[in-house]
Amino acid sequence: MDLIKETKDLGVIAETIRLLTLETLGNLGFGHVGGAMSIVETLAVLYSGELKCDPSNPGWEQRDRLVMSKGHAGPALYATLALRGYFPKEMLVELNQGGGRLPSHCDMNKTPGVDMTTGSLGQGISSAIGIALGARLNKADNTTYLVMGDGELDEGQVWEGVMFASHHKLGGLIAFVDWNKQQLDGYTEDVMKLGNIEDKFKSFGWQAVTVNGHDPKAIKAAVEAAKAIKDVPSAIILDTKKGYGCNFAEDVEANHHMNFTKEQMDGAIEVQKKRLEEAKQAANNGKGV
Amino acid sequence: MFTIKETFEKTPNMMREVYCDTLMAMAKDNEDIVVLDSDLISSSGMKPFFKAYPDRAIQCGVAEANMIGIASGLSAMGKVPFAHSFGCFASRRVVDQIMISAAYAQQNVRILGTDPGVTAAYNGGTHMPFEDMGVLRSIPEITLIEFTDPVMVENIVRQLAGLRGVYYLRMARKNVIGIYGEGSTFDIGKANMLADGKDVSIIASGIMVAEALKAADLLKADGVSARVVDMFTWKPVDAEMVEHCAKTTGAIVTAENHNIIGGLGSAVAEAAVQKCPVPVEMVGVKDRFGQVGTEDFLRAEYNLTAAAIVEAAKKAISRK
Repeated sequence: MDLIKETKDLGVIAETIRLLTLETLGNLGFGHVGGAMSIVETLAVLYSGELKCDPSNPGWEQRDRLVMSKGHAGPALYATLALRGYFPKEMLVELNQGGGRLPSHCDMNKTPGVDMTTGSLGQGISSAIGIALGARLNKADNTTYLVMGDGELDEGQVWEGVMFASHHKLGGLIAFVDWNKQQLDGYTEDVMKLGNIEDKFKSFGWQAVTVNGHDPKAIKAAVEAAKAIKDVPSAIILDTKKGYGCNFAEDVEANHHMNFTKEQMDGAIEVQKKRLEEAKQAANNGKGV
Repeated sequence: MFTIKETFEKTPNMMREVYCDTLMAMAKDNEDIVVLDSDLISSSGMKPFFKAYPDRAIQCGVAEANMIGIASGLSAMGKVPFAHSFGCFASRRVVDQIMISAAYAQQNVRILGTDPGVTAAYNGGTHMPFEDMGVLRSIPEITLIEFTDPVMVENIVRQLAGLRGVYYLRMARKNVIGIYGEGSTFDIGKANMLADGKDVSIIASGIMVAEALKAADLLKADGVSARVVDMFTWKPVDAEMVEHCAKTTGAIVTAENHNIIGGLGSAVAEAAVQKCPVPVEMVGVKDRFGQVGTEDFLRAEYNLTAAAIVEAAKKAISRK
């Protein structure tokens, strides 16, 4: 069953992913709520058509690859993959269970549909570059997608990769930065100032743009514009809120990894169900995304 | 199967020349072979490869961490990457990238670390890896190999194209003493007994193999019968060979161009104590940093000599 294929509206898809992500985390009582919530709209855009893939054949060689370098956003990716039919939704209860297939951080050898193992921040960009180079050597017209956190930009390896990708003219690489302004110890502004991320990428020779990361239409337009550029890597800075849409996580300082009560999560899920209904109504009234 | 040369002398070819020629020959038939370097092509001797196969030769600049991650990504696309830096930077600087992006992700990555230990000579303490194998040895499932001579380089590099997993290859870049006859083949994970003996086993690696053979001759003059084993695979260490040596000679000496902590001495001792505890003496660097000097000066400074092996052998025998 491939729910995303059946639903065309990006708003509905995003809110469905968000609801399923919350339900998945809710089974545990703890988890990386903040960074999972902020990347939902991007996953909705990628897995509703932009990223070439075949859920019935996760190892399909001609597929586009996604490197979720902020590997702690695994729960949002797992919910998306389940909705696309990579595995049954029932499998989501395996999140963080010993011996299960859904570890806290993404693992390509455990989860169908995960293209690279990540979790040690800063490393995903290099893997993504290797994948993009491999595709180029194979003369395949694939796009390699990379999702980095904003706190992750503290890692020096990120900038090794950024320099490399422009030098080697890796047009097939599209990097998202989930600019949710918060990292584990607090606000990026307090922990480590990032300056102007878009300008930084541009100064390294990338094409870069900042969009509202909770606006699927804007993300989709940015992805399509980036795909049209053939010999320069592209960065899409997603202006997001950490914990977006989860009422006990949004606008909370320590929302990277949270413990929460059943009542808190039940409340958040109720709110989210309403958001999903609103998105569905908007879609039905011709006001969808 | 391997044969041993009749006389042991420096080979005309440098190790790096053989490494490059072998990869060039392999690349001709195997389009998946990709070489990565980190601004050390002149040192690794890979300029001919970069000229012949520019599309499959990837210059990463002075950015080793990125290079290892890229190699892992290339592996995920079915490529067969060989990445190079000096041993110090190809190990301790990139240990997390080797651990997570390569090994934990179950990718197939071959990493060449050149200039092991005292062969780094004038590059001195910053560039003199006495710790590379030790740093990497606790990474699960990694294979650690130290090349003994050019014949081994050619044979093992050819094997690596078809093998899965992460391999760290420790290699002196320049001329070393040739040990093996042309056409010798090697089994990764199986040590080679180069000379048999009954009183003590000298288990050596890399440049210390030639010293071990010299030491066996010196011991023979003193009436001691010494076995010499080339343990070119440090991980997985050939525990069967260690057990055999322990049982049949009753004493072991290890000889390595590396810190004895975490190195070959540790690996052999771990196997010995589990299989058949016997006295083990270790010739190697005794927890010290590197420094500048000629290779001869450094060999003497760190006691990486046949004389040191002879002394250790006698001590091991006396402890039986």
